Amino acid sequence: MQPFTTLTGNVAPLDRANVDTDQIIPKQFLKRIERTGFGQFLFFDWRFLPDGSPDPAFELNQPIRQGASILLARRNFGCGSSREHAPWALADYGFRSVIAPTFADIFFNNCFQNGMVPVKLDESDVEELFRRAAAAEAAGQAYRLTVDLQSCLVHDDGGFSRSFPVDSFRRHCLLEGLDNIDLSLKHVDQITAWENAHGLAPLQGGAT
Amino acid sequence: MPAPRTLLDKIWDDHLVCSPDGEQPLIYIDRHLVHEVTSAQAFEGLRVAGRRVRRPEATFATPDHNIPTTDRSLPIADPISKQQIDTLRANCREFGIRLFDLGDADQGIVHVIGPELGITQPGMTIVCGDSHTATHGALGALAFGIGTSEVEHVLAAQTLRQSKPKSFEVRVEGELYPGVTAKDLVLYIIGRLTTEGGAGYVIEYTGPCIRRLGMEERMTVCNMSIEAGARAGMIAPDRITFDYLRGRDLVPKDFDRAVARWETLPSDAGARYDRSQTFSGGDVVPQVTWGTNPAQVVGVDASVPDPASMTDPSDRSSAARALEYMGLKAGTPIAAIPIDRVFIGSCTNSRIEDLRAAAGVVRGHQVASRVRAMVVPGSGRVKRQAEAEGLDRVFTAAGFEWREAGCSMCLGMNPDTLAPGERCASTSNRNFEGRQGKGGRTHLVSPAMAAAAAVTGHFTDIRQWRYH
Ligand code: SF4
Repeated sequence: MQPFTTLTGNVAPLDRANVDTDQIIPKQFLKRIERTGFGQFLFFDWRFLPDGSPDPAFELNQPIRQGASILLARRNFGCGSSREHAPWALADYGFRSVIAPTFADIFFNNCFQNGMVPVKLDESDVEELFRRAAAAEAAGQAYRLTVDLQSCLVHDDGGFSRSFPVDSFRRHCLLEGLDNIDLSLKHVDQITAWENAHGLAPLQGGAT
Repeated sequence: MPAPRTLLDKIWDDHLVCSPDGEQPLIYIDRHLVHEVTSAQAFEGLRVAGRRVRRPEATFATPDHNIPTTDRSLPIADPISKQQIDTLRANCREFGIRLFDLGDADQGIVHVIGPELGITQPGMTIVCGDSHTATHGALGALAFGIGTSEVEHVLAAQTLRQSKPKSFEVRVEGELYPGVTAKDLVLYIIGRLTTEGGAGYVIEYTGPCIRRLGMEERMTVCNMSIEAGARAGMIAPDRITFDYLRGRDLVPKDFDRAVARWETLPSDAGARYDRSQTFSGGDVVPQVTWGTNPAQVVGVDASVPDPASMTDPSDRSSAARALEYMGLKAGTPIAAIPIDRVFIGSCTNSRIEDLRAAAGVVRGHQVASRVRAMVVPGSGRVKRQAEAEGLDRVFTAAGFEWREAGCSMCLGMNPDTLAPGERCASTSNRNFEGRQGKGGRTHLVSPAMAAAAAVTGHFTDIRQWRYH
C-alpha cells in the first residue's frame, strides 16, 4: 500500500451532508472487476449532465477546484453501501484525504486500506474550513491545507491548526505503507490455536 | 462472580484471537459470505500475493446483485455483468468455495439464503462485503459489512482487524398495532436516531415488542441497522430462533447441544450498554419515507414536512435538496402522493412472510392502471414456497410481474431500474438519489403498504384496508 506521511494540497469543498457511497460511485460502475479506473465515474450522477458534459453547477467542476487532493464535506460522509469502489474512485480521481465532522464506519475503515486519510474535525472547525475555502476562492485562489499524519495535524498558512484523532495502529500502517494481511498472518499460530480450541478441523493440506 | 456481559461481549470475547500490543485486535470470523460485486478484486489480490483461502468451508458465495431476474435460461445480455458472474464462478472453483450459482435451486440474495440454509447461526461472527450483513444479527450473531480489502483479509486469514464496537441497547416496549410491521418499526427508529445516530455502535434490540417479532421480522429490523449508521444490529436468540433453525441444511448435527450453547448467549441481567434508548411499539404507525435518506420518514397519516420548520441548518438544507430531488412540496399529505412503480423485494422484505403479507392485500384487487408493479422473491426457495402457496398467481392475476430471485431494483444494477422522475413505493432499504435508477424517486414502505399503493396508485393507510 502507498504510504501516507504528509500531504499539502488544494481543497475541494463539497457542502453536503450524508454523501452516500451510491453518489460517490453509482452502481452502474460496480461491474468492473479491477481496482483501478474508477476516478472517471466519481460522483457521476452529480458531475455530468444527461448529455455527458460536465455539469458546471457541480462543486467539483469549478475550474479552481481542479487538481484538488483534499475533499472537505459535511457530516456522515460515506454512508450507505460498503462498496470499496468509493475510496477507489476518490483516490483514482486524486483525493488522498477527506475532511468531515463524521464518517460512516465502513467507509472510514476502507480509506485506511487505500492510503487515504479520513480526518474527523469538530463541526465548528469544518465550518471554519468552509469559510476559509470560500474566502480564498473568492480571491481567485484555491484553498490549501496540509494533512500531517506524523503529527496528526491539519493546518493552513493562515493560522488554522487542529489535531485530529487516528487509531495509532492504523496510523502506523499508513505511515509505513504496510500490508495488513502480512501483519495479521504473523499471528497465524494464534489463529490456529483458536481454531483448535474451538474444535475446527485441521486445515486442508495440513498447512497453517 | 464475573461481571454481567452483553450478547455482544460474549461473542466478542469468544472470538478474540489476540490483541497484540499496539495493534488492533484480531477477531475470528466464523462465516464469510461472498457475492459477485465486492469480491473479484479480493480474489485477484490473493492470486497476486500467492495466498490461498484459509477456510474455504467457512465461505459461501452466490451471485445476487448484478443478475437478471427474468428468464434464467437466457444468457446474460450485458457482457460486463456476465464477466462479473463468470469471474465469481471461476474464483469459487479455483479457491474451493461453495457457490449457489445462477440456476441453482438455492441461489438468492446473500442475506436471505444465509439464514434460510442455516449458514447463519447464533453466537457466530459473520461478515460479507455488503453493508446489509447486519441482517444475520437477527439470529443472535455478530454480523457486519466489510470492504473488499477486508474481504481479501478474511479470505486469507479467517480473521479481521477490529476494535471492539460500543454497545447500544434499543429497547422497544409494548407491541405493534395491527397493520404496523417490523419495517415500520425500524423506519420509525431510524427516523429518531438519524442516519448516523448508530455510528460506532452495535445495536442490540431488546424488549417485549422485539421478542414478539417472528424470525423474518427480526431480520427486517436488523437489516436496516446500517441505515441508522450502526455496523450491526442483533437480537438475542430464543425459542423463536431455535425453532426457525431446526432442520435447516447447514445447522449443527447435534442440534440440541447447539441450542444448549446458544441459550447461554443472551445478555446477562444487569449487563451494561454504552448507550440505551427506549421506544414504544404502540407509537408506531405505518411509515413512508419522503426524502433521500431513510431517516427522512413520517407516518402515512402525516404530510411532507417543511424544511423551513427544521432548526438544524444541515437538516434544513438536506431536506430542501431532498424535496427538490423527490419532486415534492412541503405540506402535501403523504396519502395524496401518486406513484408509478412498486417494487416488492430486497434483503429487507423479500421473504415468504413479506410475500404473504403483500399477497393478502392484493388478493381480489387489481394494480392501478398507471402503475407498474413487480415482486422479486429473495431466493429460489422463497419463490418455490410462494408458488406452492399460490401467491404468484395472486400477484400475476392482479397485474404484478413475478420474477426470479435477486437484488433487482433494490439497487438497479441489473436491467430492473426506474426511469428518471418515476416514483416508486419500494420495500427495499435505501431511498438515496438514483439508487433505483438515475433520477428515480424511491419511497420506502412495508410490503403491505407497497401492495396497497400498487392497487390504489397512491400511498394508502393499510390500517384502513378492506381485505377481500
Ligand atoms: S437486496 Fe439491496 S440492499 Fe440487499 S444485498 Fe441486494 S442490493 Fe444490497
